[in-house]
Amino acid sequence: MNDLDAEDRQRFEHLVLPHVDAAFNLARWLLRRREDAEEVAQEALLRACRFFRGFHGGDARAWLLQIVRNTCYSWLGKNRPREMMVEFDEELHPQTIATPESMAIVNEDRERLTRALESLPPRFREILVLRELEGCSYKEIAAITSIPIGTVMSSLSRARRQLYSVLTNSHQKEAAREV
Amino acid sequence: MRCDFADSLLQGYFDRELSTASAAEFERHLQHCVHCPVELVDMDMLSERLQLAQLYEAAPASLKKKIRANLRPVGAATAMSQPLLWHWLAAAAAILLLVIGGWRVNSVLRTDDYQAELAEEIVDAHVLSLQSGHLTGIRSNDEQVVKGWFKGRLKFALPARDFANEGFALQGGRLDVVDERSVAVLVYARSGHLFYVFIWPTRERDTSPRLGSRQGYQWVDWRKGRIEFCAVSDAPTSDLQQLQRLFTN
Repeated sequence: MNDLDAEDRQRFEHLVLPHVDAAFNLARWLLRRREDAEEVAQEALLRACRFFRGFHGGDARAWLLQIVRNTCYSWLGKNRPREMMVEFDEELHPQTIATPESMAIVNEDRERLTRALESLPPRFREILVLRELEGCSYKEIAAITSIPIGTVMSSLSRARRQLYSVLTNSHQKEAAREV
Repeated sequence: MRCDFADSLLQGYFDRELSTASAAEFERHLQHCVHCPVELVDMDMLSERLQLAQLYEAAPASLKKKIRANLRPVGAATAMSQPLLWHWLAAAAAILLLVIGGWRVNSVLRTDDYQAELAEEIVDAHVLSLQSGHLTGIRSNDEQVVKGWFKGRLKFALPARDFANEGFALQGGRLDVVDERSVAVLVYARSGHLFYVFIWPTRERDTSPRLGSRQGYQWVDWRKGRIEFCAVSDAPTSDLQQLQRLFTN
């Protein structure tokens, strides 16, 4: 990470470091585990640093998120290749990762939404996180995921619909159990 | 049943991404569509739920600290991180070899340079894209059709050529991203093997072809006329070299 000169380092700190939160958030939702997200976000930042000289202005957040995303997918390919091929996995769906943190979450809806989001295929999860949590414009999403803007709209549509149906289904299941 | 607009304009309208004209068009549609108004409300409720749940997770302080520590100049760093240390050891080893060695050093350095590193990342990205099955692009044997598809999608003139007469039949092309740059990929077939040629603009000078292999794939990388090419295939290297010569001639 040290091959930047003082001036580049300053530019990097100024332009890229403010987006470390965005980098971590995207990695967290793509990888579904905070420990993995930390490792991969750090790796992505190292890469960003290595290729920073190739970055000539423009949207630094979109640039960084693009690197984060690619690093996440290549990490998933190496460590959990099955996940990359999953369209929608019933097995993944009911799985909750029991960390002290997640157990302490009092907000039930948050828990339910988290589980629902995590059950979606990575590509759907990614586009929802970019739009709904990160507030990216279509143009930024297109740049980050390198898909055409038209495809952004149709992917968002499918992702939203799937999230909606997962939420309504799980709700119905719970209601049925209560009866 | 869903409305035809549900997958396109509806999303753009909801996200305020439509032009004024398209938004007006969609509003006219909303007046007599029975599905879209309902879906808009559903989307709005979902979006609000996502906001209220505060799902955004900021980076932990420990991560920020690590990243900042990595940024510090070498001299200022008190404890060198493990991977960095290995880089330095590797660099020291390379220098040592350079001092001791004769011609053998060349091959050591050659596998350690940027071009080779990039070629290997291309192979990795390629294998990954085959696994994930997300290959969007154009399927055609006609070089004009393939050229037409890439037009407007690339910022450089793509040398898309069919070499069917020479044994490499053009199959189509697609766009990919390797190391945060957009690259064009041309696909050729020859006797049961597929050849993927990754193409992107470069500022570097021309280089003669360099070879390597990784994950069961062979690659040949070369630069010509401010364009870099990296051909990847599971076919023998000699076939790749033949394709490379067709491109450079």
